[in-house]
Amino acid sequence: MSEVLVEVRNLRKYFTVERDFFGRPTSVLKAVDDVSFQIHKGEAFGLVGESGCGKTTIGKMLVDLYTPTSGKILFEGTDLTALSPEKRRAFCKSIQLIFQDPYASLNPRMTIGDIIAEPIKINHLLPKDQIEKRVTYLLNCVGLANHQRNRYPHEFSGGQRQRVGIARALAVEPKLIVCDEPVSALDVSIQAQVLNLLDELKDEFGLTYLFIAHGLNVVKHISDRVGVMYLGKLMEIAPKQELYHNPLHPYTQALLSAIPSIDPTRRKQRIILSGDVPSPINPPDGCRFCSRCFKSFEGCDREGPVLREVSPGHFAACRLFQK
Amino acid sequence: MKQKKAVRPQTEPSAQAVALLEKPESQFKEMWDSLRENKAAVLGLIIIAFLALVALIGPFLMPFDPDQSNMSQSFRWPDGTHWFGTDQLGRDIFSRIISGARISLTVGLSAVAISLVVGVVLGSIAGYRGGKTDTVIMRVMDMMLAIPSILLAIAFMAALGKGIDKAVIAIGLVSIPEYARIVRGCILSVKENDYVQAARVIGNRNSRIIFKHILPNVMSSIVVRATLGISTAVLDTAALGFLGLGVQPPAAEWGDMLGRARGFIFTAPYTLIFPGVAITVTVLAFNLLGDGLRDALDPKSRKN
Repeated sequence: MSEVLVEVRNLRKYFTVERDFFGRPTSVLKAVDDVSFQIHKGEAFGLVGESGCGKTTIGKMLVDLYTPTSGKILFEGTDLTALSPEKRRAFCKSIQLIFQDPYASLNPRMTIGDIIAEPIKINHLLPKDQIEKRVTYLLNCVGLANHQRNRYPHEFSGGQRQRVGIARALAVEPKLIVCDEPVSALDVSIQAQVLNLLDELKDEFGLTYLFIAHGLNVVKHISDRVGVMYLGKLMEIAPKQELYHNPLHPYTQALLSAIPSIDPTRRKQRIILSGDVPSPINPPDGCRFCSRCFKSFEGCDREGPVLREVSPGHFAACRLFQK
Repeated sequence: MKQKKAVRPQTEPSAQAVALLEKPESQFKEMWDSLRENKAAVLGLIIIAFLALVALIGPFLMPFDPDQSNMSQSFRWPDGTHWFGTDQLGRDIFSRIISGARISLTVGLSAVAISLVVGVVLGSIAGYRGGKTDTVIMRVMDMMLAIPSILLAIAFMAALGKGIDKAVIAIGLVSIPEYARIVRGCILSVKENDYVQAARVIGNRNSRIIFKHILPNVMSSIVVRATLGISTAVLDTAALGFLGLGVQPPAAEWGDMLGRARGFIFTAPYTLIFPGVAITVTVLAFNLLGDGLRDALDPKSRKN
């Protein structure tokens, strides 16, 4: 494997939901609870899980929108969590974010040309007279025409707006782009276009992606390795092919069985999970998934499994594979 | 497998589009074009321009000295000599209204300027920082709101002394909480938007995020409030004047004229009607302009 670009170590993010009279937290939401993983240079690491499992929180911690409660984020060996705010901001040139909702992520009072030029201007990446040219180039890269640069975001469709969002992220020439469900707000025909565009740009700009999605089918298209999250914890990490053909964790198996297939011979038994996702405010002791797991056995509700390498490159956090 | 062709649709720019690109319109020009199409706003602007002109060249338009009393001429109904009649001291109301335009416009604009600047800064800090900063600033604002504004203005006047300049400061100070609250509320609703987060992700400093990304998006509410605030300021000055704290006699000020003439409403209604009309027209003009500006400042409601 190539060198590690980002390493996340025991990352935690707790949100205080309630405080007592003296300001002491009485109820804490564990959005991300002890998550560790690595992303290698040039790969696309997919992160999947249901709504509210903490995947977006991880993405936002990487771009400094949230401050981790504890844990480390190592970017090319530098611990980002230990830096002063001023130094931390300098890393925005290396890590960028593509937002989920292209309708909300563009300032309605700026033209798209200004939106794309802004990151170049405020980071002083280019002399003034070259910015224009660079914006033209970026617009071309994402498949927008140069004559559209003086228009406002509301004049564009969802797919076009997402292209503007991608161009803005590319403007600072980042090394890592966190794609926070970049296609889930788009309709299906546009999803494929945007995914292909992201795939192409990855090679062109030598990018690394953390690709967050709530469905395995989108991640399958673009990722090299996939991590599966449930209720703030990583359940399984494996290379894409391995994960799709040999899912180890019962939760992953259930997720995969939920992907619709048009091939009748490949239709598998659908695993229907009973119950709802427990509240992350008071997560179950032991394994987070045990209350809905169809393979749980004696002790799962008391003893939490740790993420361990079951076969080379394939990690799972399940007591079925602890020994 | 992958349909690479669909990835980057290229469109040839039309001649018109290229022309547009070569001459990017400034935001101000776009706003101006949009404002010009709004007939009500244009009317408001014309009235304001007219008032401003009257305030500037007023002394040359007055047929009589506005401060010169002449008891033998008191309570004249409007006629050829005294177009708007004369008041209880025989002063020409037409001349006094022209003279009052200068005071009313100056007071309205400067009082609003004071409360706007201070209110926007305090409200922005409170809304954006949140937490303890927010609590401290907003509780102070609540304390100011708890006292009726005219009473607070009187208290300020008592501390500052009499005079129209002091009245401006007092009126400006007492309306700070209103602006601070509005700005804070707007900022709270806007700051959680993805585009504000995006501005942070690309490395903006907080001050730039507030001024470039948040405030332009809450401008419309602030502008509308400020235009209404000008009228409130004019009325507040009148109240202070009536209590003997604002303009000092014999200086002419519309609200003051209205207050002093209120005893003659049945015998000499014109002494009230003309200052009242002057206040109404001024307030209306600023409101019309405010509404027009709100639409013009919003790119979504702009017509192409």
